[in-house]
Amino acid sequence: MMKLNVNGAAHEVEADPSTPLLYVLRNDLKLNAAKFGCGMGQCGACTVMVDGKAVFSCLTPIMLLEGRRIKTVEGLGTIDNPGPMQQAFIEEQSAQCGYCIAGMMMRAQALLESKPDATDADIRTALEPNLCRCGTHMRILKSVQRARELMKSASATPVSAG
Amino acid sequence: MNAPTFDITRRTFLAGTGALVVSFTIPLEASAQEGEVPTAPKPPAKLQGSLADTPSLDAWIRIDADGTITVFTGKAELGQGTKTSLRQIAAEELEVAPGEIHLITADTAITPNEGYTAGSQTIQNSGTAIRYAAAQVRQILIAQASGKLGVPADQLKAENGKVIAPNGASVGYGELVSEQMLHINADPNTKIKSPDSYHAIGKPFARVDIPGKVTGGEAYVQDMRPDGMVHARVVRPPSYSAKLVELDETKIKTMPGVIAIVRDGDFLAVVAEQEFQAVKAMRAMTTIAKWQEQAALPDQEQIPAWLEANVSEVGTVTSVGAETAAGVKTLSAQFTRAYQMHGSIGPSAAVAVFKDDALTVWTHTQGVYPDRKAIAQMVGMPEDKVRCIHTEGSGCYGHNGADDAAADAALIATTLPGRPVRVQWMRDQEHLWEPYGPAMLTRANATLDEKGTIVNWHYDLWSNNHGTRPGSAGSLIAGRLMAKHFPPDAAKLQISPLGNGDRNAIPLYDVPNQRVNWHFLADMPVRVSALRGLGAYCNVFSIESFMDELAEAAGADPVEFRLRHMKDPRARKVIEVTADKFDWNNDPLPAGKGRGFAFAKYKNHAAYLAIALEAEVDAETGIIQISHVVSAVDCGEAVAPDAIVNQTEGGILQSMSWTLYEAVHFNNTRITSPDWSSYPILRFSAVPDSIEVHVVDNPGQPYLGVAEAAQGPTGGAIANAFKHATGKRLCDLPYTRERVKTTLGA
Amino acid sequence: MRLKHFLFGLLGVVIVACAGFFAIAWKSAITPIRPPDRASFDQALIHKGAMLAAVGNCTACHTQPGGRSFAGSFALPTPFGTIYSSNITPDPETGIGTWSEAAFNRAMREGVSRDGKHLYPAFPFDHFTLVSDEDNKALYAFLMTRPPVKQSPPANELPFPLNIRLVLAGWKLLFFDEGPFQNVASESEEWNRGAYLVNGLGHCGACHTPRNMFGAERSGMHLAGGQAEGWSAPALNPSSPAPIPWTQDSLFSYLRQGWHADHGVTNGPMGEVTGNLGLLPDSDVKTIATYVAALMGTPSPERQQRGEQIRKKIGEDFVLASAPTDTPAGRGAAIYQAACATCHDGSRPLPFGGINFHLSSTINAPDAQNAINMVLFGLPAASGRQSAIMPGFAAAMTDEQLTDLLAYLRETFAGQPAWPDVAARAADTRSGKFQVSVRPSDGIERGPDNIGAQDQ
Repeated sequence: MMKLNVNGAAHEVEADPSTPLLYVLRNDLKLNAAKFGCGMGQCGACTVMVDGKAVFSCLTPIMLLEGRRIKTVEGLGTIDNPGPMQQAFIEEQSAQCGYCIAGMMMRAQALLESKPDATDADIRTALEPNLCRCGTHMRILKSVQRARELMKSASATPVSAG
Repeated sequence: MNAPTFDITRRTFLAGTGALVVSFTIPLEASAQEGEVPTAPKPPAKLQGSLADTPSLDAWIRIDADGTITVFTGKAELGQGTKTSLRQIAAEELEVAPGEIHLITADTAITPNEGYTAGSQTIQNSGTAIRYAAAQVRQILIAQASGKLGVPADQLKAENGKVIAPNGASVGYGELVSEQMLHINADPNTKIKSPDSYHAIGKPFARVDIPGKVTGGEAYVQDMRPDGMVHARVVRPPSYSAKLVELDETKIKTMPGVIAIVRDGDFLAVVAEQEFQAVKAMRAMTTIAKWQEQAALPDQEQIPAWLEANVSEVGTVTSVGAETAAGVKTLSAQFTRAYQMHGSIGPSAAVAVFKDDALTVWTHTQGVYPDRKAIAQMVGMPEDKVRCIHTEGSGCYGHNGADDAAADAALIATTLPGRPVRVQWMRDQEHLWEPYGPAMLTRANATLDEKGTIVNWHYDLWSNNHGTRPGSAGSLIAGRLMAKHFPPDAAKLQISPLGNGDRNAIPLYDVPNQRVNWHFLADMPVRVSALRGLGAYCNVFSIESFMDELAEAAGADPVEFRLRHMKDPRARKVIEVTADKFDWNNDPLPAGKGRGFAFAKYKNHAAYLAIALEAEVDAETGIIQISHVVSAVDCGEAVAPDAIVNQTEGGILQSMSWTLYEAVHFNNTRITSPDWSSYPILRFSAVPDSIEVHVVDNPGQPYLGVAEAAQGPTGGAIANAFKHATGKRLCDLPYTRERVKTTLGA
Repeated sequence: MRLKHFLFGLLGVVIVACAGFFAIAWKSAITPIRPPDRASFDQALIHKGAMLAAVGNCTACHTQPGGRSFAGSFALPTPFGTIYSSNITPDPETGIGTWSEAAFNRAMREGVSRDGKHLYPAFPFDHFTLVSDEDNKALYAFLMTRPPVKQSPPANELPFPLNIRLVLAGWKLLFFDEGPFQNVASESEEWNRGAYLVNGLGHCGACHTPRNMFGAERSGMHLAGGQAEGWSAPALNPSSPAPIPWTQDSLFSYLRQGWHADHGVTNGPMGEVTGNLGLLPDSDVKTIATYVAALMGTPSPERQQRGEQIRKKIGEDFVLASAPTDTPAGRGAAIYQAACATCHDGSRPLPFGGINFHLSSTINAPDAQNAINMVLFGLPAASGRQSAIMPGFAAAMTDEQLTDLLAYLRETFAGQPAWPDVAARAADTRSGKFQVSVRPSDGIERGPDNIGAQDQ
């Protein structure tokens, strides 16, 4: 039994410790966002965040992840209450087939969380490990730029207690 | 009446042994590239779009007693946004908000048979059918309401799911429907709404699937988790014709979680309770299986020569005017294109269950009906006992591994009755086994008169068939590998308006004397099939490169030269809009920078698209960086303008990747491009600074297929920008760095 | 009074010494010329210069990742601080457009710029001094016919007194032997050509020779192993750590292709080297292989035998026994199985599959740095060309997990004890205290950024 912290919640999973996180997320925890694209760390469709940094979940065995904070797209918001990154992608209609998008969002989220003032060039560089075959790149860039603005204004707004 | 028309003035059709194919739609018998050609001429269809094949209204639209509206389409969502745009069309004619429409897509048990979702025909065929069907349903509802309310029909209007009388009395659609009311054939004289009353078509409407996709909703076949589902992995041979010689199953059977090993001839698969168990078992099986291979692939370095040497038949694509014409200058050029991949980001997958003598397959195939037929034959079941339900996969861009993954799941499921089987291909399996876009060789030859006008045009292309879709069971990998295997479908040369390898081989330009021939190769040692655009990519690349050469020989500006040879006002429009928005001029650019222009009307009867771009070529590194792109596209009435922009941007970037990087590698035995490291595609660092797409909307005009329109022109524009930047013409695709450096020298 | 005399005498000596030093140290400026006309250079000479520039790997230091070729501003981390490369395009204001051939020759031969400034040995003039006048002529023709780019590098980040260039004169006095290359009569023509390329333009020793505290290559330790840009460059002499000994054949293949089935793919700065050598004819690459093979010498019988054993071992089906996970070795084994074996178990052949660690020089190396670099940063995808891709595990693995993994790899695949300082090295590498340049494998193309540790 392994204890994993995913999107702020503790989970006990029975999977073999050598199982890549991707399979545990999808099959044990029934989370759809992270996807199988190559299993080799070449395409980024499986990208999630661990302790604030982007990782390829297809290659990260869960044995490395006890006690660490795992975040997936599901932790960014819900369909009724999307978070800024999700909001931005919806606003920009930033998907064709959509298969690569969850990975893009997590890669971008990791960037903006660590560097809220990331420049447009920073965004391009950060997304290099992630592939999109449909050619949605322009919109993806625009969405991340938009998310940057949304996240900045969200943090600027004072959070009321309660 | 705004019936879609079909421009056939430029072509004569050679039927070969059969009839002329005149209809605008894809009659089922002639939709497959292989398969019989009808023996008697078919009269021109009067019903619009796919209504010609499925005329019953209730095949398309159902209204329940509670007013719920369900629309059925035989087409599938591939990421082009059709789940959304088809709703807009239906909502328009049914006078409801698009969000009120329930849409059911390709399902052999439920929806019309519209063949494949391919060739950029969804809006053209399905959209048009739904348009007219919905319009007629609305009129039927109004007629019913007229009876019920005692008000003449022409005083009633439909709005928001109700039929409303001038005095305010209304009756909901649900109250108007009755059994079998819509079980009538469509009336070809149905009138559709005029654009000035549109509330849905052409209006911004957010895609219905995106919110779910960005919040972790269940969206893809990969997300399915039916109760009792087991995980399967196939083990493919190391090369197409390899034979299994030895496999010690006992080592695999005892691995944790393994439920079954499927071994049927050279078809191998392993099934396990959990996914990673299946992966590990697959890896172990791959290591211990022994195969006998043979060297059956051509020499990768000699493909153009191989193409020339292995022609099985030559077909005339067009023959107009005189064979030769007097002129002052004759130019010729030769172009080549490598085998290229679909490269779907998500390797193919499927879920299948065999229960109570029936087989159900959830698959992202582009053609649920043809795939069903082939699978049924493969497993030896009657077709009506096999059901294929389209469920989204990642973008396919043509015939990828989807049909085969479906067949794999089906075959495995029949060995485990009652258990849903999920098959997920691995990355190398998709890369190595998907059918590629065929390698091509083209030769262009043209003569200019003293005025700098083209008077004669010869164009020859060498290519395989660009379509090996199901078909029979022999078109499926599993069907060919299993012990009782099926022979592959014979490839036949078919020249039709749809176009295949010859798609866009006939230039749209006004040239009085034209000869276009397709040197067809039936032999396909490397597996090939339809890749977005089919022959259009290489043909338009060739033609547009050649047009620039001719323009130069005529001392003319490339844009002006094209306009000189183009009377079609809609073509002229997209060319002019593009040139204007790009600020096309002949001012010199700094060394290494160039601008390029290209145009094509997809298939010569679908969307018009022009593109201009600026590129910089670094001779040291061979890197071509495209900085900004402007394009204009006219696809008739724009149902979902944002979807058009999205697809066009996508096509531009995908074609850019093909043009700059992509070639499948192989030795004499195996394909050697198993993953992204060996088959690189576009990454963010190479994406241009900007891409502008201008949609030239023509409300009320027939829908013209647009999703593939950018592939060819982008290749042409890059070719021409390269020439402008360096003074040298590179005629071989892809424009790898090695080729660029070799072409430019020190 | 004696003391006064002594002091005056000492002062006099110092003054004379200083005068003497300045006499040697001070270099005159060479008159600037008008940028030569491109057409004045013979095409064949330019082509020859292109090949020589490839050997010299000029673009590696004189081009910023993703930037204009030869325009400089590349940040080269050194133990003394960061040095930014100069613009060597023929731009008259910011590049070498006003340099005469004599000025270029002097820069290569003596390490002095046109205006008389001493150049930092980050520019390996201590190697380029060996280049013949004839070859310099070709290099000049090549560089002067590149597109001019207006770009000035940022100021070097060096502490006092190293930021005073005159100090370099002293360095040269102590450590610099001026060229050009002299043939060794007792050796073959091929050996001499190889030596000329390796020690001259190739400047292999700049990375592969250990340096003293003044940053000069240690005499008598020619190609005994060094360091560059955060990577350990293995020894190219008899102490080569390669499990299967290099031969002239395998060296040739590796340099030609950028990989070899027995040795792996190029990592770190080496990728650019082999990529650039792609411009050279086989004959030249062969001479380099000949020379280096000669330096490595015939491997000892023990090494030969070990090499054979390794070949046999990887030929067999390698089935890992599962180990309990609560020991460092067990944990390391589990990490290997889960994260590494997919690519490194040999089922995918090189160059795109991962190397079987039995063959890895990195696992057999005297220090852990390269192994740490590989695990943390991997090999990023090159844009638009084929290259081996390895993901980095910096975000996935803690330093402790990394230590367990490397200990397991050392023991299982190299039969050697764990490196003692993995966690400390890894921490410094992650924090950027120890800077590592991360590049795609092979080719002169770079990733979009010269990723330092802080980007991870």
